[in-house]
Amino acid sequence: MRNVALILRRELASYFATPLAYVFIIIFLVLANAFTFYVGDFYQRGQADLRPFFMFHPWLYLFLIPALTMKLWAEERKSGSIELLMTLPVKIWEAVLGKFLAAWAFTAIALALTFPIWITVNYLGSPDNGVIFASYIGSLLLAGGFLAIGSCMSALTRNQVVAFILGVAACFVLLLAGYPMVLDAFQGWAPEVLINAIASLSLLTHFQSITRGVLEARDVVYFVLLIGFFLFTTAVAIDLRKAD
Amino acid sequence: MIKTEHLCKRYGSLTAVADVSFEVHPGEVLGFLGPNGAGKTTTMRMLAGFVTPTSGHASVCGHDVETDALAARQSLGYLPEGAPSYGEMRVSAFLDFIADLRLLQGARKRARLDYVIERLELARVLNQTIETLSKGFRRRVGLAQAIIHDPPALVLDEPTDGLDPNQKYEVRTLINEMAREKIIVISTHILEEVDAVCTRAIIIARGRIVADDTPVQLAAQSRYHNAVSLQLADRQKLEAARAAVAALPQVATVEVSEREARLTALPRAGALILQDISDLAQRQGLQLKELHLESGRLDEVFRTITA
Repeated sequence: MRNVALILRRELASYFATPLAYVFIIIFLVLANAFTFYVGDFYQRGQADLRPFFMFHPWLYLFLIPALTMKLWAEERKSGSIELLMTLPVKIWEAVLGKFLAAWAFTAIALALTFPIWITVNYLGSPDNGVIFASYIGSLLLAGGFLAIGSCMSALTRNQVVAFILGVAACFVLLLAGYPMVLDAFQGWAPEVLINAIASLSLLTHFQSITRGVLEARDVVYFVLLIGFFLFTTAVAIDLRKAD
Repeated sequence: MIKTEHLCKRYGSLTAVADVSFEVHPGEVLGFLGPNGAGKTTTMRMLAGFVTPTSGHASVCGHDVETDALAARQSLGYLPEGAPSYGEMRVSAFLDFIADLRLLQGARKRARLDYVIERLELARVLNQTIETLSKGFRRRVGLAQAIIHDPPALVLDEPTDGLDPNQKYEVRTLINEMAREKIIVISTHILEEVDAVCTRAIIIARGRIVADDTPVQLAAQSRYHNAVSLQLADRQKLEAARAAVAALPQVATVEVSEREARLTALPRAGALILQDISDLAQRQGLQLKELHLESGRLDEVFRTITA
């Protein structure tokens, strides 16, 4: 665990050593608020809750998270620093987990910085803060899922743009797994069981069920398994193709 | 001890390293020579545990690089080719990070950091980010991270590449100092480096070891071994001198450099011709600017073996 913490600390510091961190946080905050007020009709709805705020998180994350994760492994390959990291007495899973947790901690910071909207809604009315809390947890879990997918895509290539595009595509498919856009591809030839299984993988369905205010174990377990699966895949991809 | 047994690495149909076996003991500095693409870097990467061998085994201080990977890596200091590191980090933070991962703590960590910073003269750049450093400083940061935990074995891939002559001298002095108790493997294509630091040289070509000997013995394979080179004061006498030297019974051939007014006489196998030539020069009253015995040319041996 010591190595995980050391790698986490180094990675997190490296976000703030480049403009990436500041650009990411500013764009995230601006877009999150713009969507809430202009597209989500925050005021016109006349309801004291943060539904219009959380509603757009999946779509924001769809593009912002792969932008954050594209460099995770692709850059290490490109610059050759992966050779340094992988020849230190560090296990692969420690490096994978450290990098992932750093990215997750970073998105948690960005998410925490949206607190003014929570203050605003509490000032304007009396919202159900339990639902808001659950939604924040849901949003963080969703970000974690996207980060794990992005980490895996970044491990597959040394080209950051390819990692970004693969990341967006994979996140998009999993986000909408329960919707016709994805299911239609399987309809007609795949057995019912498989279609139901794919539908139940939908990130959006699980996210929405959390943001309704019910923090159910099965949704949390879903996200934990999703993150675990993609981090495991990342480690396998790194192990098989370290030097390529 | 660093040991490899029948080490092979294939990428599809391409064989990068074919059947490389050697042992390196404490006190030895092994120079790994070979043309680009001969398999030097791949072999070193297998020692460091970065590339998995297709077949064969490698071990560092008794720890197999595959089955006992973490212990093998902990006993090894490794400078990868091109000295990669994290460009956005400051030198001090980078060395601190490596020291932590190398399990250094407290006073020992402080002492080792001070040592490498002093030894590789990094004090001036500690607060600079690595990407802003010159090539020479980057290489020194790479060396610093490789030796920070005082490992019993070192594998350095082109440690002096990009350094100026003074820095090269410093790094060679450092390697010579560490050589007494450590096992050191360096790869290089600078042949003078082999003379300067190595006690043994392996020449590798197309993935195979083609020579394994001390630098002196390797140079002795050169056709210039025991050749005599003389430079005349008077250029006009060059042709006459050439004819006289070539007529000596022990001399096989004579090479002439008009520009320098220099003759190089190559002996017949095993013959010593210095005395003969010096006598000849005296008899003929040749004025010499220089006269010396060659020990052999490593670059010529290298070309002959790897061509």
